[in-house]
Amino acid sequence: MWDGIFTGLETAVAPFNLMMVVVGCFAGTFIGMLPGLGPISAVALMIPITYGLDPASGIILMAGVYYGAVFGGSTSSILINAPGCASTVVTAFDGYPLAQKGQAGKALALAAYCSFTGGTIGALILLVAAPALATVSLSFQSSDYFALMVLGLTAVAAFSGKGQVLKALAMTVFGLMIATVGTDAISGIPRFTFGNIDLIDGISFLLLAMATFALAEVVMSVLKGNHRVEDAPMDMSSLGSMKLSKEEVKNIAPTATRSSLFGFLVGVLPGAGATIAAFLAYGVERNLSPRAIKDKFGKGALRGLAAPEAANNAASTGSFVPLLTLGIPGSGTTAIMLGALIAYGIQPGPRLFVDNPDVFWSVIISMYFGNLVLLILNLPLIPYISRLLVIPKPILIPLILFFSITGVYLVSFNSFDIELMAIITIIALLLRLLNFPMAPMLLGFILGGMFENNLSRALIISDGSLAFIWQRPLTLLIMCLAVVVLLMPVIGRFVGWRRLQGKASMMVADKGEG
Amino acid sequence: MLKKYVGKNAILAATLAVATSLSAGAAQAIDDIHFLIPGGAGGGWDGTARGTGEALTKSGLLDSASYENMSGGGGGKAIAHLIETADQAHGTLMVNSTPIVIRSLTKVFPQNFRDLTPIAATIGDYAAFVVPTASKYQSFAELVADYKANPRSVAVAGGSSRGGMDHLVAAMAFKAAGGDATKVKYVSYDAGGKAMAGMLSGETHVLSTGFSEAIAMKNAGEVRILAITADERSPAAADVPTLQELGYDASFVNWRGFFAAPGLSDADALAYQQLLEKMYATDAWAEVRDRNGWTEIFRPGPEFIAFLEQQEGVIGELMKELGFL
Repeated sequence: MWDGIFTGLETAVAPFNLMMVVVGCFAGTFIGMLPGLGPISAVALMIPITYGLDPASGIILMAGVYYGAVFGGSTSSILINAPGCASTVVTAFDGYPLAQKGQAGKALALAAYCSFTGGTIGALILLVAAPALATVSLSFQSSDYFALMVLGLTAVAAFSGKGQVLKALAMTVFGLMIATVGTDAISGIPRFTFGNIDLIDGISFLLLAMATFALAEVVMSVLKGNHRVEDAPMDMSSLGSMKLSKEEVKNIAPTATRSSLFGFLVGVLPGAGATIAAFLAYGVERNLSPRAIKDKFGKGALRGLAAPEAANNAASTGSFVPLLTLGIPGSGTTAIMLGALIAYGIQPGPRLFVDNPDVFWSVIISMYFGNLVLLILNLPLIPYISRLLVIPKPILIPLILFFSITGVYLVSFNSFDIELMAIITIIALLLRLLNFPMAPMLLGFILGGMFENNLSRALIISDGSLAFIWQRPLTLLIMCLAVVVLLMPVIGRFVGWRRLQGKASMMVADKGEG
Repeated sequence: MLKKYVGKNAILAATLAVATSLSAGAAQAIDDIHFLIPGGAGGGWDGTARGTGEALTKSGLLDSASYENMSGGGGGKAIAHLIETADQAHGTLMVNSTPIVIRSLTKVFPQNFRDLTPIAATIGDYAAFVVPTASKYQSFAELVADYKANPRSVAVAGGSSRGGMDHLVAAMAFKAAGGDATKVKYVSYDAGGKAMAGMLSGETHVLSTGFSEAIAMKNAGEVRILAITADERSPAAADVPTLQELGYDASFVNWRGFFAAPGLSDADALAYQQLLEKMYATDAWAEVRDRNGWTEIFRPGPEFIAFLEQQEGVIGELMKELGFL
C-alpha cells in the first residue's frame, strides 16, 4: 500500500498535475458561484477537455472542478441567497442573514475555513481508510436509509423559529407532498401530474430552492420598495473583514470537526449525498447546541453556517469511496466521473488501487492539495467578492433574477421550468407573508423522495412486513436515535424540573437540620 | 455481427438508391445535422447524440453538428416538439431508445414511433443477470429452480421502475424458463448504480441491468454474470452464456437510434441512413465507440421499423400479462 501511496504522491506532485489541480479548482469555484450551475454542470463541461489528458490528470482535473464547485457554491448562497448548487442550499439559511448584518466577509471566510476543514478531513480519512470504507458503503440497506430519513425529519425542529413548531411541521408535510409529484420511482405511475407532461419528471430540488429563496427574496424586496431606497453607504472595511475572534474559533472548531466526520460518513453511502449531508449536519448541530445558540439558528448563527459547509465538502470527498473502491456512483456528478474513468479504460472497483495505484492514490492526494489551493485562492478574493453587496439594488435585483432563472434552465433546458419557478415564487411569497418558514419545506422535499422510496423498497423486500424496523440492528439503532432526538427537549425539561425539585428539597432539609 | 447487418443493408441501400434516383434524383448531400436530445446533459441519450455528431464531423462526413437538450416528460416533450415543428425540422435528428416503445405502450407518450420517421438503430446494449461473487447462484438454471419453487424467495433488483425495462426483461427471462412472469419480486432503484449497491448490500439476490454496466463490475471481480440476453456470446465476456443457448427462448436488446420529423421524404431519410452507415467505417467512430464501450447494431429504415414493431409486440404482450396495460 505504501508503494502505491508513494507512486500516487509522485504523480500528484508532477507539475502538470499540480497545474490541473489549480485550474480545476479555479474553474470549479467560478462555475459554482453562478447561481444554479453546480458540480454536475461543471464536471460535464470538463469532459471534452479531459479526453486529451492521461487518466490521472483527467480525474484530478475533474475532482478539482467537483469540490471547487461545492466550495464556490456557498458564495452566492451567502451573498444573494441564491444557492450556487443544491448542496449549498443549507448554507443560505444562516449565511445570508449574516451577510445582511454586514458580516459578509466573516461569513465567506468562515465558509471557506469550514469547507477546507471538511475537505481536508475527508481527504485524510480517504487516504488512510479508503479501501476499508468500501464495506461501509455497502452496509446500508433500504430499511437503514429509511431510518436515516426518519432521523433527518426529526431535524425539522431545527428549522423552526420559536413558537413556530406547528407552522414548521405543516411546511415539512407540504415539502413531503411536493416530493410526490411526478412518476413514482417504485411503481412507475405518474402522480399529481394532472395530465401535464412536464410534471412527469417531478420538480427539481434546485428549482424549488431557487424559487423559494432567491426569487421570493428578490420579489419581496421589490414589493417592500427596498429597491428604491438609497442604500446607506456600507462600511466596506467591515464588509470585507474576515476576522474571527478567538472565542468564535473555539466555538466553531468542534462543530466543523463533528460535521466533517458526519458529512463524510453520509457521503460514503451511495444513496445519500452532499445535499442530504448538509441538511442532516445542520439539524444535528442545532440539536446539540445550547439553548441560547439554538434560537439564533436561521438568524445568522455561525455554527449554522459552519455545519453544512463542513459537511457538504466532506460528503463530496466521501462520495469518492463508492466511486473508486466499488465503481458505484452515489450522485449524478460521480456518475459522470465514472463514465470518464471507464472511457479511459480504467475500471474503478476493489482492484483499482492494485491495478492503477497511480490513479487511485494521486486523486486522493491531489484532493488534499486541492483544498489548500481553494483556501489560498478564495481568502484573498473575499474582500472583492463581498463588494457585490454594494451594487445598487436596481442593478443587483435584475442580475439575481437573470442568473437564478438561467441557472435552473441550463440544467434541464425545459422552458416549463421557468413558468414553474414563477408559480412557486408566488406561492412562496404568500406563505412568507403569512410567516411560514421555507426551510422545513425544503427539508421535507429533499428527504421525502428517499423516505418514501426506501420505505417502499424495504416493504417489497420484506413482503409487506414492518418487522425490519426492529429486526435489523442498524435500522433499529438509527430509529432509537431518532426517538431520542425527538424526546430530548421533553427529557431536558424533565431533568431540569427534577433538579429544581431536588434543590428545593435540599434547601428544606438544610433548614430542618439548622 | 456488424458485418452481417452492413452486408444486408448495402444491398438494401443500393436497391433503394436506384429506386429513388429514378424518381426524385439522387439523395441530396447532408451538410449539417441538428441533434435533438430528449434529456439533460450527461445522460445516455446525450452521450449517444454527441458521440455520433463528433464521429460524423471529425471524419468529415458532416460539416457541422448542433445539439439541443430538451428534457421533460421522460422524453415526451422532445417527441411532441419534433412533431409540432415537423415542417421546419427536416435537418433534425432525435436520439431515442427502447423506452420510447415502453412509454408509448403505457400511454405516457401519446405518440409512438409511427408518428416519426425512424432513421436507424445505431448502437445497442444487451441485458444481463448479475449476482455478487459470493452468491450461491452459479448458473441461471439454479436461479430459475429457486424461482419456480418459490418466486418470492428471489428478489430482483433493477434501475428502472416497476413495468420498466429492467423489470420486463427479468419477467421475460423467467417466463421463457417456464416460471410465472407475474410473480417476479422486483425491487426498483433510482438508477442502475444504486441497484448494484443494493444487491451488493445483500438486500436483493440478483440484478437485472445493462450488459455494459455489468461487464465493468465483472472485470473488477465484484459480480458474476449468469446470462445475457444476446443471441450470441459477447467477445467482451466469452464465458457468459446467453439465455438462448441455455434453452430459454428470450432475447432482448436495448437499442439506441435516431428518428427524424414526420413527413420527411424518402430520399432525405435514405440520405441520413447512408450517412450513418458510412460513419461505421471511420476511425473517428471507432474512437468514440471504444471510448464508450458501445456495441454496434446497425438497423436502417425498414429494418428498424420491423424491429420496432417486433419489440412492441413482445413487450406489449408481456406488459398485458403482467397487468401494466
